[in-house]
Amino acid sequence: MAKIVVDVMLKPEILDPQGVAVSAALPRLGFTFAKSVRQGKRFEIEIDGDPTPAQLAEVAKAAETLLANPVIETFTVRVEK
Amino acid sequence: MKVGVVTFPGTLDDRDAARAVTHAGTTAISLWHNDADLKGVDAVILPGGFSYGDYLRCGAISRFAPVMEKIIDAANDGMPLLGICNGFQVLCEAHLLPGALTRNHELHFLCRDQKLEITNNQTAWTSSYSVGQEIVIPLKNGEGSFQCDDATLAALEGEGRIIARYIGENPNGSRNKIAGITNERGNVVGLMPHPEHAIDTLTGPTADGLGFFTSLLKAMVK
Repeated sequence: MAKIVVDVMLKPEILDPQGVAVSAALPRLGFTFAKSVRQGKRFEIEIDGDPTPAQLAEVAKAAETLLANPVIETFTVRVEK
Repeated sequence: MKVGVVTFPGTLDDRDAARAVTHAGTTAISLWHNDADLKGVDAVILPGGFSYGDYLRCGAISRFAPVMEKIIDAANDGMPLLGICNGFQVLCEAHLLPGALTRNHELHFLCRDQKLEITNNQTAWTSSYSVGQEIVIPLKNGEGSFQCDDATLAALEGEGRIIARYIGENPNGSRNKIAGITNERGNVVGLMPHPEHAIDTLTGPTADGLGFFTSLLKAMVK
């Protein structure tokens, strides 16, 4: 069994109010390392066996169609062992 | 004249939308998200709410509901289609309108009476208004910030496709204070505030919203 991970992030030019709120909360707790924070989504998709290139292409198509909105978001697809 | 009002699981404002349709002198027909036909309606309204719990992204799952396939085809053939709030989000997810609605810039859910300026009265849903007219209708959303790339924004501005803007402080961070837009043809309109909650002063702050529903009658008579 393999796990395919799709990470979805807002495009850099799109304001991320949740990331800004997290970024503002960190220093209040004494964590002063962050210059900025962006928040995204992670999808973990389990499949039987090792994924074929065709399956990965299909996942990418699903990411483009449903998991991410390409108007405001970007995504990456990778396999996690 | 029959106006379909779609109910998705999690839709909230279908009753008020149907009431507004009736108040404007047209007939409201309920459409269910799982319907495979549009019951012969002449126009469709996608009302506000939290369809499919806003899971994934607002409107992202509703956009693939069976009834939406028929609605998208009909809208592409010129059928008047109005998306209010969550309905606007569905229209953007369905790519019937450009851009996307994102989290309000200050994160808070807003619920207030909002002043708007009508900036285009050439659409199927805004012909009862005059350009420059100020109206007050409720605004209530958590993800109402209209975002698009610079080229899209320039096209919307250049082609006069912004139908309403917020007056005063920008409530949610929408680019150029956009409250509503239309497609090139003017039959599809998306609006973040809620005209269906302001059709008479008994139940709303004003009756300013009724014009969206009476405009339709004009559009169909033409």
